[in-house]
Amino acid sequence: MAGAYANRKVLPGFKLTLGFTVAYLSLIVLVPLTAVFLKTSVLTADQFWAQITAPRAMASYRLTFGASLLAAAINAVFGLMLAWALVRYSFPGRKIVDALIDLPFALPTAVAGISLTAIYAKNGWLGQFLEPLGIKIAFTPVGVLVALIFIGLPFVVRTVQPILEDLDTEYEEAAASLGASRWETLRRVVIPALFPALLTGFALAFARAVGEYGSVIFIAGNMPLISEITPLIIITKLEQYDYAGATAIASVMLVVSFVLLLVINLLQAWVARSGGKES
Amino acid sequence: MAGTVSRMNKGESSFQARSATRDPFWMRATILTLGLGFFAIFLLLPLVVVFAEAFRKGFETYWAALVDPDAQSAIRLTLIAAAIAVPMNLVFGVSAAWAIAKYNFPGKAFLTTLIDLPFSVSPVIAGLIYVLVFGAQGWFGSWLSDHDIKVIFAVPGIVLATVFVTFPFVARELIPLMEAQGSDEEEAAIVLGASGWQTFWRVTLPNIKWGLLYGVILCNARAMGEFGAVSVVSGHIRGQTNTMPLHVEILYNEYQFAAAFAVASLLALLALVTIAVKSLVEGLASRTSTREGGR
Repeated sequence: MAGAYANRKVLPGFKLTLGFTVAYLSLIVLVPLTAVFLKTSVLTADQFWAQITAPRAMASYRLTFGASLLAAAINAVFGLMLAWALVRYSFPGRKIVDALIDLPFALPTAVAGISLTAIYAKNGWLGQFLEPLGIKIAFTPVGVLVALIFIGLPFVVRTVQPILEDLDTEYEEAAASLGASRWETLRRVVIPALFPALLTGFALAFARAVGEYGSVIFIAGNMPLISEITPLIIITKLEQYDYAGATAIASVMLVVSFVLLLVINLLQAWVARSGGKES
Repeated sequence: MAGTVSRMNKGESSFQARSATRDPFWMRATILTLGLGFFAIFLLLPLVVVFAEAFRKGFETYWAALVDPDAQSAIRLTLIAAAIAVPMNLVFGVSAAWAIAKYNFPGKAFLTTLIDLPFSVSPVIAGLIYVLVFGAQGWFGSWLSDHDIKVIFAVPGIVLATVFVTFPFVARELIPLMEAQGSDEEEAAIVLGASGWQTFWRVTLPNIKWGLLYGVILCNARAMGEFGAVSVVSGHIRGQTNTMPLHVEILYNEYQFAAAFAVASLLALLALVTIAVKSLVEGLASRTSTREGGR
């Protein structure tokens, strides 16, 4: 504590940098965000409730949150496998696979959207083989799921991978030497150690998927009540100059985002704690 | 390490001992097949398809799509928006990291969380908030129209939306890095008589340069590729307020698929360059830190 106090005296620039940080944060992020909640106040409570529980809005929540949950769960399973393969196994092209995991972070969402549509449309790269089997992906809720899987995968891999790299194999050796089978070792030693990170990756992928717009709208088909995501409802209302309606839906999504941000923060603190205990 | 285990495990069958931390064959095979298959279908294929579709109608169609005046103006606007948004968030990121990593103050954890906020907000909402503030019906709407200033459906709105969605990139790279490095070196410089700026340029900046570069390239990739937020504030005026991702959307909706993928291939190329630079920077950064750790 005394050291921290001394810091403040020795290094210059505290007031300048903190002042600029808070001012810039307020101007760009905080003040504009409060506009959402202030704008909803033009609606009465009844009108607000009617807006956010309209059938189209309700259907969009079900799709957005349902597809996001499912996509995050699928990514948790396959992301764990990929992280495991990248850290524990060696195979040709491992470095390239490792680098390309970040592709969804770097590839613009609109590009991903049109590319996924070209793959899964009726006469598309994979669609032409799936369609005769009766599997329709593009322009259905499954298309939404596919797009959300694409954008969420790196969150799981990049959260689990560093924890797995730091995980000492000594614990697994100890478990094995005490007579545990490989399966028991994985279940009792490895999975518990990775669990906080895996859950964090799941939550990050879910949070990203809930707000996703660009990659989804091309492949979704955007049919009201069927394949219309919540962010699209906001856009549609804006295009009809229904600012109050758009803002009401946006405020619901913002509250969900804030709750998710809080949950993710708690999860990350858990990862840091459990990681710290091990080392 | 495997040797130690096999010695400890003399009583057990030697096969089991060797496999103490080695996954059985069926497990390796399953994980590699499923994991890499998933990777190939969900990540690799979309990337390949972008380039394949772009050149499907030949190089001339590809080239024509890129030199089209509307495409050119979209490229220009994308470069302008990134050229303003990235330096703004770079200055902010360095400033925020300096305040948060070098000092202790109440509310520090809360401030760090708030900086991450734009990542949890849907891009559509990021666009919406600026419409609510600067749009025709917004807080400053009538004042702006009285003074003939256009923010929404114009370049300033696009820049603002881009700044919002790329807000945390540099800061979140630098904060953990500068916290890990501590401030001993800076304090030594100050005690030896260096000014604050000299300390920053000569001591801090060389220490954080790789993290800074990493943050900047990620920030730039997102700035050039942002779609949702920019789509809300742009108004989609061809040749004026279209960025590259919006131009891709317009071409696609007009069924000009080859042209849409041609412009998209430029963005995909940007993504590949970003990933390559990132891998390079990570390699350099880890080499530097091992050298410093060994010292």
